[in-house]
Amino acid sequence: MNRHRTYRTEGVVIGQMPLGEADRILTLCSPDMGKVRAVAKGVRRTKSKLGGHLELLNRASVSVAIGRNLDTITEAYAISTFGDIRGDLKRVSRGLYIAELVDCFSFEGNGSQAMYSLLLGALHRLERGANLDMLVRWFEMRLLECSGYMPELVHCVECRAWLEPGDHLFACESGGALCPNCRVSSESALLPLPMNTMKTLRFVQREASFDMLENLNVAPNILKDMERLMWAYMRHIVEREVRSAEFVSLTTN
Amino acid sequence: MTTDGTSAAAPVARLADEFSKLPGIGPKTAQRLTYYLVRMPEEEARALAEAIVAVKERIVLCGVCFNITESDPCLVCANPRRDRSRICVVEEALDVLALERTNIYRGMYHVLHGVISPMNGIGPDDLRIRPLLDRLSADDIEEVILATNPNLEGEATSMYIQQLIAPLGIRITRPARGLPVGGDLEYADEVTLGRAIEGRQEF
Repeated sequence: MNRHRTYRTEGVVIGQMPLGEADRILTLCSPDMGKVRAVAKGVRRTKSKLGGHLELLNRASVSVAIGRNLDTITEAYAISTFGDIRGDLKRVSRGLYIAELVDCFSFEGNGSQAMYSLLLGALHRLERGANLDMLVRWFEMRLLECSGYMPELVHCVECRAWLEPGDHLFACESGGALCPNCRVSSESALLPLPMNTMKTLRFVQREASFDMLENLNVAPNILKDMERLMWAYMRHIVEREVRSAEFVSLTTN
Repeated sequence: MTTDGTSAAAPVARLADEFSKLPGIGPKTAQRLTYYLVRMPEEEARALAEAIVAVKERIVLCGVCFNITESDPCLVCANPRRDRSRICVVEEALDVLALERTNIYRGMYHVLHGVISPMNGIGPDDLRIRPLLDRLSADDIEEVILATNPNLEGEATSMYIQQLIAPLGIRITRPARGLPVGGDLEYADEVTLGRAIEGRQEF
């Protein structure tokens, strides 16, 4: 039996839900413990000593007391508040989308240093960087990579034949592009994957760092195509709507 | 403990069941409240029941500011002595009560009934933002005070509304951010403390 009544960890606040009069249930993504759900008591009060430290998207160091049902956060200290995201609606909406995706792809008690570093890296980029939509695509691709859902875009996902240059189709169910032969026999819903969109996605897939992508100029229609495809694929994997996506669309212009 | 009628009489179980639907009330509290009501004098219990019914029957949303009210328009909107050139935008009707208690603000209100919360699927169309825009273009408004809660979602809502009304050329303000009265400096987070120092005033 675990004799320790409290533990310390750090994490990024990726979700919140009001509880009772002034409490919140927070979801944190932590490098060593995975998804942590804990009650933050009184955080909605103006005088709360936890409040400002546990805002959405904050990176905070926390002490957590183990409870029978839910754990309780007893102490919190903000390591980074990503202040430059907060003042810009475009950055806020994309930050929340990233947070919701991490919530979908992480598990309680199953920490992933890779996912945590990816999340922190993306939030740091989101504070100052340009090319925000490309940043989100890059983040999605890296998240798929560390969760084992990396889409197949070089060979046909069914027959493994090399994909000839040209327009192809993407099958969410199989997690990759289909060659013209397999397309005919496929029964799953297919998404258009024009050649230039596929090439750009392959490039995003290859780049482990965002440096090269930040200054990459991509035509708006390709960006839109990539977004549509990735959103459909995400929706297929998490088996529900990624709700923050709608607000991202609302704050695009 | 069960509420299946073997350990509690059916009406008692039913009331406890109803209580436990309220926010912040679990099964134990529901039972405690129910047994307290059982011992209560009948007229007091009746008064409580009538008060609950009255809330549902007589309370409406003000057609102008969407505050919770008994008369439409509400007392603030109908008061000729209020400053009609200022609108304070708040998330909930409870925020109006809090601002009224200050006795400092004499303008009008607009209650959004929520906040943009993308993760929970609540977007601008679920709030009373459109009627606010109608009010701003119809009336002679000089200032809009965006007083949503100072957290990420509240700020996002304010920024969204600010972008919508900026073209109208109305002055847009928001309440100052700073240290709460009675609090300790050492517990303040960096954002609050930073804003408080930025907005310091002559002593």
